[in-house]
Amino acid sequence: MSEFLQQLLNGLSLGAIYALIALGYTMVYGVLRFINFAHSDVFMVGAFIGYYIGQHVPQDTVGGGLIVLLAGMLGCALLGMLIERFAYRPLRGAATLNVLITAIGVSLLLEYSGQVFFGATPRTFPSVFPSTNFAFGDLVISSNQVVVIVVATLLMVALEFIVHRTKIGTAMRAVSLNPKAAQLVGVNNDVVISFTFGLGSALAGAGGILYAMNYPSIDPLMGVMPGLKAFVAAVLGGIGNIPGAALGGLLLGTVETFVNGSQWSTYKDAIAFAILIIILLFRPAGLLGKVSIEKV
Amino acid sequence: MMPRSAVPTNSVIARSAATKQSSWIATARFAHLAMTICVMAALAAPAHAADPIKVGQYGAFSGKEASFGTAAHKGVILAFEEANAAGGVLGRPVELVSEDNQSKAGESATIAKKLAYRDKVVAVLGGNPSSNSLEAAPVLQNAKIPMIAISSTNPKVTEMGTYIFRVCFIDPFQGAVLAKFARDSLHASRAGVITSVNNAYSVGISKVFREKFTAAGGVVAIEQKHSEGDKDFRAQLTAIKAAGVDVIFHSSNYTEGALICIQARQLGFTGPLFGGDAWEAPQLIEIGGAAVEGTYYSTHGSPESTAPEVQNFVKKFRARWDGETPDSIAALGYDAALLLFDSLKRAGTTDSVKLRDAIAATTDFPGVTGHITIDKDRNATKSAVILTVKNGKFAYVETVAP
Repeated sequence: MSEFLQQLLNGLSLGAIYALIALGYTMVYGVLRFINFAHSDVFMVGAFIGYYIGQHVPQDTVGGGLIVLLAGMLGCALLGMLIERFAYRPLRGAATLNVLITAIGVSLLLEYSGQVFFGATPRTFPSVFPSTNFAFGDLVISSNQVVVIVVATLLMVALEFIVHRTKIGTAMRAVSLNPKAAQLVGVNNDVVISFTFGLGSALAGAGGILYAMNYPSIDPLMGVMPGLKAFVAAVLGGIGNIPGAALGGLLLGTVETFVNGSQWSTYKDAIAFAILIIILLFRPAGLLGKVSIEKV
Repeated sequence: MMPRSAVPTNSVIARSAATKQSSWIATARFAHLAMTICVMAALAAPAHAADPIKVGQYGAFSGKEASFGTAAHKGVILAFEEANAAGGVLGRPVELVSEDNQSKAGESATIAKKLAYRDKVVAVLGGNPSSNSLEAAPVLQNAKIPMIAISSTNPKVTEMGTYIFRVCFIDPFQGAVLAKFARDSLHASRAGVITSVNNAYSVGISKVFREKFTAAGGVVAIEQKHSEGDKDFRAQLTAIKAAGVDVIFHSSNYTEGALICIQARQLGFTGPLFGGDAWEAPQLIEIGGAAVEGTYYSTHGSPESTAPEVQNFVKKFRARWDGETPDSIAALGYDAALLLFDSLKRAGTTDSVKLRDAIAATTDFPGVTGHITIDKDRNATKSAVILTVKNGKFAYVETVAP
């Protein structure tokens, strides 16, 4: 039983990170109807910003950790907005496929610029938050896992608040529903889209730092696998749906952890993706997604 | 002649990568110029006696296996510089042509082809992780160019052909040493094993460890697997902890090893963890920090050994590389180069068949990592040492003879 609870906890802390990244995918899809493949590399940049800032703040303190987290989120928000401004905005109105290819291009650009600037050798992420273990009988929780779950939950609640309770959030939902109509009633689409990218990228940045804290070896290609998993999580939960992305992330992280701890660990990705296929067979729009009928 | 590329140390990796493009162009231009000069020289007179003997080296100088590649490369460069300072080999200078496989699968085979057919090297040094050597070996075997693997311990490497040699011990030996160490010195009766499923080295060494540990009266209570590049091992470690083991053996690389140590300690596992020679890298301590204290690994040699050859090598290495202490991989790189020079001298020619025979006939060659005899399967017979991490440094524990 304690092994089961321990695995559940391991799965939730991994899933919380997937969920944070998945939120960025799903928000951009919700507003622009395309997959921003560069998102997983913004996640990597977040970890590297944390790496450099982390060397200039006091180690193992909550304050230092929060500074690193904020710096990573701000840096990534800025990067996300720049990517949108220079790579995607000129293609607004072009076929979705063109934007998709551009996104893959931006992704590769970030990965290999990362290799030039940061080097391909893995770096050791500094320990920014204080780290201790809490034991409840056989169940052990590390403070890093607690930080991951708490920060991820807070950020998701904040996101839910922004999207549903603020003016800009209302504008985001309006653009998502019908961009032309939104423009007609006075919404500045460019500002809203830029904000969406900034918000999504800030979450990716936070995800990058939380991931690096838990697995303190970072390199320019570190975003590829978590990015892919988060994308799957977003689809699983229903792409374009914010609670869906969170649910998808947690589900994927938990399933992966349970398979990993069993004798079938070699097939962990195969099993995780097989579950995705099965869920999509029965619910084509994802767990929480709504089936939308395309009008031709 | 100086080797063409110097080793990028951590601080200059970014810079060397940034100038990669321009240096490529420069290299291409230089090669073109050199070719023109060679053609002119060939027309003018028969090949000059002082033409350098070209030797290739491939390895991971960047990426996740960079620690092995750069360490070996530094040892090799030191050997080449010394040989040239002493007047070269067979009256000719030796030239090192080296290339980085960036720790990527598939690159080693490509580099081996370039070295064999473009650079026309007489021999190739290299291959740290066995997976790299297994890629390059068939190419070099086909081209009939002798290859001396530096730290590839998987038995399959030298089975690739009659031109493939190595200067290190092989996994069955290392697995047996670790099993013996776990039983006799750590007094372990139940062991948990973690294997990287897509790493030939890891699969091989885990298999032998399991056999020998069981034969010595121990029980391998649970075996868990992971893939290359994985970072989350909590699931596997939770299962291992629940199986009630005394020790955990991880048979793959240092990055995963360090993360496993951290996560095992976070999950409250207090017993010893240990690994094979793939754990040997400063990054093990850098990433693992306090979590790797008291862990063990088996390897080829220790800079703390008091043998005069070792102390002499450590002194020369420190003088050449800004006071850096060589690890055993650097020593193996140095030994591989010296063994090649010795074989060239005994062969008296760079002819590939005669050179191959000379390497195969090596007996009791006094290397830094011990006396090397090449056996009939082209493997080196020698002893292993066990090291531990103590106060953030590697420390010598014991030597295990074959």
